Amino acid sequence: MTIDNPNYAYPARSSNRKGPNLDKIGWVFMRASGVVLIVLIFGHLFYNLIWTEGGIQAITFGFVAGKWADPFWMWWDVIMLWLAFIHGSNGMRTVINDYVHKEGIRKVLIGAVVVAAAVLIILGTLITFTFDPCPAGADPELLPSFCATL
Amino acid sequence: MRVSQSTSSLADETPKPSKNRIAGTVYRGNEGMWSWVLHRITGIAIFFFLLVHVLDTAVVRVSPEVYNAVIGAYKNPIMGFGEIVLVGAVVFHALNGLRIIAVDMWPAATKIQRSLFWVVIALAVILVVGFSIRHIPNVLGAH
Ligand code: HEM
Ligand code: HEM
Repeated sequence: MTIDNPNYAYPARSSNRKGPNLDKIGWVFMRASGVVLIVLIFGHLFYNLIWTEGGIQAITFGFVAGKWADPFWMWWDVIMLWLAFIHGSNGMRTVINDYVHKEGIRKVLIGAVVVAAAVLIILGTLITFTFDPCPAGADPELLPSFCATL
Repeated sequence: MRVSQSTSSLADETPKPSKNRIAGTVYRGNEGMWSWVLHRITGIAIFFFLLVHVLDTAVVRVSPEVYNAVIGAYKNPIMGFGEIVLVGAVVFHALNGLRIIAVDMWPAATKIQRSLFWVVIALAVILVVGFSIRHIPNVLGAH
């Protein structure tokens, strides 16, 4: 949510409203998650595209299997997945609220963002934690080298 | 955010009035507005990339052959250029996000928010050039 002049004399929330201020929680979350996401996403891009010899050309099944054999990278990716989707969807909610004023359409669009984010968060989490780096019957050429010694 | 009376000296430093009546706050007109437009466009673009990216990564569960074929689509020069644009979007959004946080938190940063925008642009350009020097040979080098 983009704030206007910080000294705006008319706060967005009336003082007699009860309960947690969800918009304020969202505002704080955007900042906290943003700072963590910098580390996770820059680390992701640096490791996959710069540090690894060959960069983009080196990304294959074997590369991913090598990473996800290590819980460190599994957790890295899953935390990045959750934070990026929650941050991104909350941001999309702000954008939709800014441009769509017809209540029905607005609800449908925000619903679509929430459903897409929820489905992909669950899919990505399941994929990462149930991953098998050495699937039976696969061409050994395509698997990480440690599969041969199993 | 509500700011108490005692810290409201900033209000006196709203940019000078301009011909354009829309200018006049931290966010409207000039650098403040461009940073906001770019922040919004890059945020939306990264969101849509992420939707596709989690799906392409999920293909690792289909089979090694299918994953390698799908990810192969990222390895041609056109996509290589797209990856530079994507990295540029991420780097700008991230650095500008830090600028927004700083400008909201510290009055000192609010006062120099215009220059901070150019600092963000400069750092983003440096990082993207550095990335390209490493990335372009990788894209062009056959595997
Ligand atoms: C890399 C670290 C990131 C940082 C430091 C960051 C920072 C921020 C901040 C501070 C805001 C709030 C702006 C405001 O309240 O005015 C924001 C908004 C937003 N972010 Fe991020 N972000 C990051 C990554 C991402 C990612 C990965 C996505 C997409 C999945 C994303 C999508 C968005 C969107 C759509 C908005 C709303 C833009 C608007 O309201 O105009 N951001 N970001
Ligand atoms: C061209 C740039 C990119 C490439 C080549 C790339 C490549 C990959 C690869 C190979 C994986 C598999 C696992 C791993 O390596 O850790 C992955 C996973 C992931 N990437 Fe990227 N990535 C890129 C950009 C991004 C960006 C900008 C984001 C954030 C907005 C992102 C977010 C993720 C997430 C959340 C996962 C984990 C998915 C899961 O656990 O199911 N990636 N990426």
